[in-house]
Amino acid sequence: MIGITSFGAYIPIYRIKRDLIAKAWERGSLRGERSVANNDEDSLTMAVAAGTDCLGGFDRGKIDGLFFATTSAPYKEKLSAGLAATVLDFRSDVVTADFANSLRSGTSALMAARDTVKAGTAASVLVTAADCRLAYPRSDQEQLFGDGSAALLVGSDGVVATIEASLSINREITDVWRNDDDMFVRTGEGRFILTEGYMSSMAEAISGVLSRSGMEASRISKAVIPSPDYRSSMSLAKKLGFDPDSQLQDSLLGSLGHCGVAHPLMLLISALEEASPGDTILAASYGDGADALILKVTEEIGNLKNARGIKGHLQSKADLSSYQKMLSFRGIVEAASGEPFRLFPSASAYWRDQESILRCYGSRCKKCGSTQFPVQRICSKCRSKDEYEKVRYSDSRGKVFTFTRDQLAGRSDDPVVVQTVLETEDGTRFYLMMTDCNPQEVKVGLPVEFTFRRIYEGANFHNYFWKCRPLRNGGANHG
Amino acid sequence: MGSIKDKVAIVGMGCSKFGERWGLGAGDLAVESAYEAYEDAGVGPDDIEACWVGQMYAPVNGIAGSTIADTLKLTNIPIIRNENWCTAGHIALIEAALAVASGVYDVVMAIGVEKLKDTGYPGLGTGRGMNPVYEARRTAPGSFGLIATSYFNKYGLSMEEGKETIGKIAVKNHRNGSMCPKAHFRNKITLDKVVNAPIIAYPLGLFDCCGNSDGSACAILAKADIAKRFCDDPIYIKGFGISMDAGLPHTRPEFGWTSFEALKNSSRQAYEMAGIKNPREEIDLAEVHDCFSITELAIYEDFGFSLRGRAKEDIDSGFFELEGGLPVNSDGGLKCFGHPVGASGLRMTYEVYKQLQHKADLPERQIKNANRGLSHTFGGPPQLSAVAIFGNEKG
Repeated sequence: MIGITSFGAYIPIYRIKRDLIAKAWERGSLRGERSVANNDEDSLTMAVAAGTDCLGGFDRGKIDGLFFATTSAPYKEKLSAGLAATVLDFRSDVVTADFANSLRSGTSALMAARDTVKAGTAASVLVTAADCRLAYPRSDQEQLFGDGSAALLVGSDGVVATIEASLSINREITDVWRNDDDMFVRTGEGRFILTEGYMSSMAEAISGVLSRSGMEASRISKAVIPSPDYRSSMSLAKKLGFDPDSQLQDSLLGSLGHCGVAHPLMLLISALEEASPGDTILAASYGDGADALILKVTEEIGNLKNARGIKGHLQSKADLSSYQKMLSFRGIVEAASGEPFRLFPSASAYWRDQESILRCYGSRCKKCGSTQFPVQRICSKCRSKDEYEKVRYSDSRGKVFTFTRDQLAGRSDDPVVVQTVLETEDGTRFYLMMTDCNPQEVKVGLPVEFTFRRIYEGANFHNYFWKCRPLRNGGANHG
Repeated sequence: MGSIKDKVAIVGMGCSKFGERWGLGAGDLAVESAYEAYEDAGVGPDDIEACWVGQMYAPVNGIAGSTIADTLKLTNIPIIRNENWCTAGHIALIEAALAVASGVYDVVMAIGVEKLKDTGYPGLGTGRGMNPVYEARRTAPGSFGLIATSYFNKYGLSMEEGKETIGKIAVKNHRNGSMCPKAHFRNKITLDKVVNAPIIAYPLGLFDCCGNSDGSACAILAKADIAKRFCDDPIYIKGFGISMDAGLPHTRPEFGWTSFEALKNSSRQAYEMAGIKNPREEIDLAEVHDCFSITELAIYEDFGFSLRGRAKEDIDSGFFELEGGLPVNSDGGLKCFGHPVGASGLRMTYEVYKQLQHKADLPERQIKNANRGLSHTFGGPPQLSAVAIFGNEKG
């Protein structure tokens, strides 16, 4: 049977209290908090993070594809899935595709992965979904949205949840949209979009998939029904014969916010984190129609290595201290970039060095065993020429060897750049900026891990590279 | 390695006023130092057989040598530009000396010029390393701050002790600089002010960082055996050392961030050539690369001026003050005289030259019985060190 063989997620460390947003606008608060991606994060970096969370213990060379779903891709033209597959150190002969534009594209990617495996084109496909959608300032959505990502590995070997059935409903309706030059999400009239959009499409898809597989709502262990607001999923669940209290998966709107394309998959992961063998899960998603799937949890779920997942990432958080920071972190207000840059990368140099820049390869000398990052053709210790093997460090952990808090180089909204020299467990030194940290708490010896981030926009393209961050708590990331 | 000890002499030197010289271009700065050097040596452009130019950035077009030659009208002779981070001026001087020692030339010029204020950057800019991705957002204070953190950590100095220790170096250099008419900064400062100044790159504060200045310094070199044709008191090159630590320190395996092989090697080479056994005793003054206060401290130890891990004792006892056992940076150093990158090695040499001639611009600055002096620059992330030792007598 084909299904999910592993899962992982990512939630940015920063959360902002909705009261803070409400106060900035002198309006009502939707209560709780939402996640906010850091100023060096985007959908691509979050997809990589979720992928990393999902792939602990898996041989990356054996994965045959990567699908990436988002409505907020870093590039309008250029494949994000391919970039993510490279950063995750996949082979080059893999299937890659971006699924875009609809909030439903996460489940579309999941079903496409299942079909790809079923067709025998690939034995194993990583599905990633991530979003950082922007809502109009002062709108309800501004409080309700969150930033996050999910990753599901789809295959037929070691399946933890088989995909038993699925149904897709197409519904042409202009209810939630962004025109090609829009920054913020637009929505139609509230009652119209709720009744003729969400309620009707979701009801059709969910009841359809149940009847196709001969299931009663009461036999579903958990119903993953993402909700555009606090209430709608409950009334929908009730209408479809579920008991919202016992069967409906928590919407995570209060503690996380609606993470766009990633949200249905994040809720599904949340359900899988609590699931027991034999459970039946219904997973639905809405956007220009609806998708619904039925999954059955297997005994294998007990063998899965513990990812941080939703639970771990939710626990590991830091308060974003101001609404202004949220605006500038998400690029809604422009921050001065700090001291001007002297050097800019060229596309050709960035391409040439991608094994180190993107795949995070260092070199290990075959003669003396000394390791260095980035790859060195001549060993710095024994000077052997071109006798090295490549070693990937993106999963490594290390400790701060020395550091500084640079006040010259930072952005105006985030003025302190923590520059670290860190040493990994195998003694390799890295010079990396530290992110997601309280600069005042950095000290020599602090345990750190690697995280893939956007560095700057030199030469008019997004320059990504690795940073370090203090080890996040909340579960044993194999990272 | 062979020796050029006493084979080459400096017979004239000049140094421009350092500072924010908005009204002067790189060429104008060169004119200021070159014509003072001509006058000092009693020569003119026709006497110069070759010219070495030390310049790091060459803002606007990246071209350094011909800009200077064009302005100075150095016609029909070779112009050789040296770029080696902050050691460019020193290495230009040493290359010029080697050319004279080879016997090819009798009289040559070494000139360091840097017009930093045309870069459009405050400081030296960000992302100033060799790789725009691996070293993104690297700044100069950000790299040298790494040394301070590591040094304080290794030797168990509390942040307060550490800041005060390096702060005393800044106070000393400001005091020295206040007496120098050509220095960029001429204000005295208190330790309290240093320690409480705004942080630039933790733990380095504003006064731990040197000035970013425009400036130029120039030397006329001649074969030692004809040196006295130009002046009565030529200054002889006793020895030099240049050393590179290959591999960015940030990613170099096992690097400790408190001591640099390049500093140790370059000083050892120079001591050997100059015949110096105990630098702490035998050197009368040293101009060393105090781009940041912590750098000067590291140099004390790597140059053998202080015992390893114990520079603090010498700093506390005033050993490196103008009246101390070994005055360091008697003209205010990079800290106060300013740091126009490619000019600095020659500016430091200018101070050593004047002190060894006993011709310090103000008598109260003159170091008594100064007969042997050292100048030194340290460049890059840092990786590269250049040392030159001078004496006012042969032998």
